Amino acid sequence: MIRILTAILILIGVQVRAETLRLAVTTSFHNSGLSDVLLPAIQRDTGIEVQLLVVGTGQAIRLGEAGDVDAVLVHSRKAEEAFVEGGFGTHRREIMYNDFVFVGPSLDPADIANAGDAVTALKRIAQTKAPFVSRGDDSGTHKKELSLWAAAELAPEQSGRWYNAVGAGMGASLNTASGLEAYIMADRASWLNFGNKQDLELLFSGDPALFNQYAFIPVNSARHAHVKSDAVMRLETWLTSPVARELINGYKIAGEPLFTFNATP
Amino acid sequence: MNEIWAGIQAAFRLIVTLDPDLVQITLRSLQVSLSALVIASAIALPLGTWLAIRRFRFRRLTIATLNALMGLPPVVVGLIVYLLLSRSGPFGVLGLLFTPTAMIIAQVIIITPLIASITHQAMRELWAEYHDLLISLNTTKRQRIWTLIRDGRRTLLTAALAGFGRAIGEVGAIMIVGGNIDNATRVLTTAIALETGKGDFTLALGLGFVLIALALLVNFAIHALSRTEREGRW
Amino acid sequence: MVKHPMSVELEQAIITRRGTQLLGPIDLSLSGTGFTIVLGPNGAGKTSLLKVLHGVTRLSSGRVRWSVPDKEAREAQAYVFQKPIMLRRSVRQNLAFPLQLLNFPKAEIAERVTHWSGRIGLEDALNRPATRLSGGEQQKLALARALIREPQVLFLDEPCANLDGRSTLEIEKLLLAASTAGTRIIMTTHDLGQARRLASDVVFLLNGKVREQATAQDFFSAQQTEEAQAFLNGDIIE
Repeated sequence: MIRILTAILILIGVQVRAETLRLAVTTSFHNSGLSDVLLPAIQRDTGIEVQLLVVGTGQAIRLGEAGDVDAVLVHSRKAEEAFVEGGFGTHRREIMYNDFVFVGPSLDPADIANAGDAVTALKRIAQTKAPFVSRGDDSGTHKKELSLWAAAELAPEQSGRWYNAVGAGMGASLNTASGLEAYIMADRASWLNFGNKQDLELLFSGDPALFNQYAFIPVNSARHAHVKSDAVMRLETWLTSPVARELINGYKIAGEPLFTFNATP
Repeated sequence: MNEIWAGIQAAFRLIVTLDPDLVQITLRSLQVSLSALVIASAIALPLGTWLAIRRFRFRRLTIATLNALMGLPPVVVGLIVYLLLSRSGPFGVLGLLFTPTAMIIAQVIIITPLIASITHQAMRELWAEYHDLLISLNTTKRQRIWTLIRDGRRTLLTAALAGFGRAIGEVGAIMIVGGNIDNATRVLTTAIALETGKGDFTLALGLGFVLIALALLVNFAIHALSRTEREGRW
Repeated sequence: MVKHPMSVELEQAIITRRGTQLLGPIDLSLSGTGFTIVLGPNGAGKTSLLKVLHGVTRLSSGRVRWSVPDKEAREAQAYVFQKPIMLRRSVRQNLAFPLQLLNFPKAEIAERVTHWSGRIGLEDALNRPATRLSGGEQQKLALARALIREPQVLFLDEPCANLDGRSTLEIEKLLLAASTAGTRIIMTTHDLGQARRLASDVVFLLNGKVREQATAQDFFSAQQTEEAQAFLNGDIIE
């Protein structure tokens, strides 16, 4: 009985489709809608069907470590470097960046719109104890936010009820923020694409500290033999090509460009 | 209230235009959940019946375990299946993670205890009723099980339906083991979770109404099917 | 071919449940044809005796011995339970069920079903669910379902309890006809009138033991024990 089941499972398992490749990407990348533009172009130019696993950076890295994906495209430099150093990824290739923005209730009780820089903005929020929503999910965005709090020399997790770590993706966190009329740090793309803005507004952006670098890391085939290194290499070549540059730089939401291509050939 | 109305309209539009994504996602939902239903029923219906008829040493323990498993949170099932099927897990070589097969496996684990438990309860009742007669007629074990399954088929159908309802509406486990990959493992529930995450409540609600309609449709279909049997009026 | 009626013997038959002796020790021999009525007050062990003879209740010790091999003996017997057990199927399928179990040919099944549904006056109800019949109809159906295999031995446990006079009369007619056709009948009843009308011999049970076994004539005219006498007088005995 078990033998038959195993046989069936293997049969279903090896049903080969077109050449596919699994790429773990962050929610913020996917929510930007850029993947809807890039994936068809990739399939057209390289014949590779890229299957996206949309997760937080933490989980994306885990998927790469376990060998459950062929490559990762994430935005948390420290985690990425540890990943490569641990021998899980072959190398780290920077592709593009976008930026984070501070979003909050249109009345802006903490007056962050005139804060000048990101750290000051966070300090003002902490001072007024205005509600703040944090991803709290170990994602790249979450790590970025924590590094900014650290730069402001604040430990908001310990400072009371106004700080809400929801442990959810960008969209779900934005939903929470709009329900609580709270401040939140979001990547620009997710914010622009978000459909449930209600009373929230973009209040602060532009500080270089808020730039968000995306990097592509192939999973090490020395560690996981089943990884499709060949296809991954072709994908990397494509992602750093002039075609990709044009598509990435040209991608706009509501007339605003979101990403800046910065891969070096 | 506005959003619900917009959701209904969105659902209507998606269905009337036979939106290709919607059709594909719906078919995949059906494929996954019906496969899980067939496999789970093949295990649970005989198991439940057997538990009702046979007396053996660990019977009570088995039944208690079954009832406990019925309350198993799907995410936990998802996590365990995920760890088993991961490339780094014991069944990693099969390469099943993030495939519809993985989703079917998770759903089978989730709904088998439910179907087996309902079957067991129904069959125990029927067996108590038939016991003396079937013993008196010197029936073989096979004849007894067959008689019970035949005369209890209405309840068995209900059990299967309950399983299907749980399978098609499940999101936690299949999100983890399927990965919600567009064109590969995205089903209605995970698509709804995704759209909700994007704050696109209209589309999420639209998909939700499609899901409800689908569940109703399958229920009616199975009900109608059982009605066509002449003697099925029990 | 002349069928020799099956005979049965109980040797030191005892049923013990949780330390209490429910039945026995009983030594009993039943042979020939006719109508054996098992009498006795409630709790005397009448139903247990029937089930032991039929082989559906196991003895704690002692043995039941039929004159033919066990499997053959069981297939030549039928049992009608005190509360009729209706399959959740149509009247037709209830009647056909015992024959289907023995893989009778379809034509033969159809023929017998038609015959027996006529005998019990349910020929127009063949497609009705058996569970929706009245109590009397259910009891008749259970009896017909038992007789449809043309058993050599038929056990009945209080077949007419809770039935009105008319239904009782119909069932007695069916039983007499079966008896005449050569079926050995062994039944319990509370109805002494019925016992007098039907019995060819009587087994009188008390506290799990056989107190008297006699032809009906002897039993009803000259009881050997005080208890039997008291029982027939309608006294409460222990």
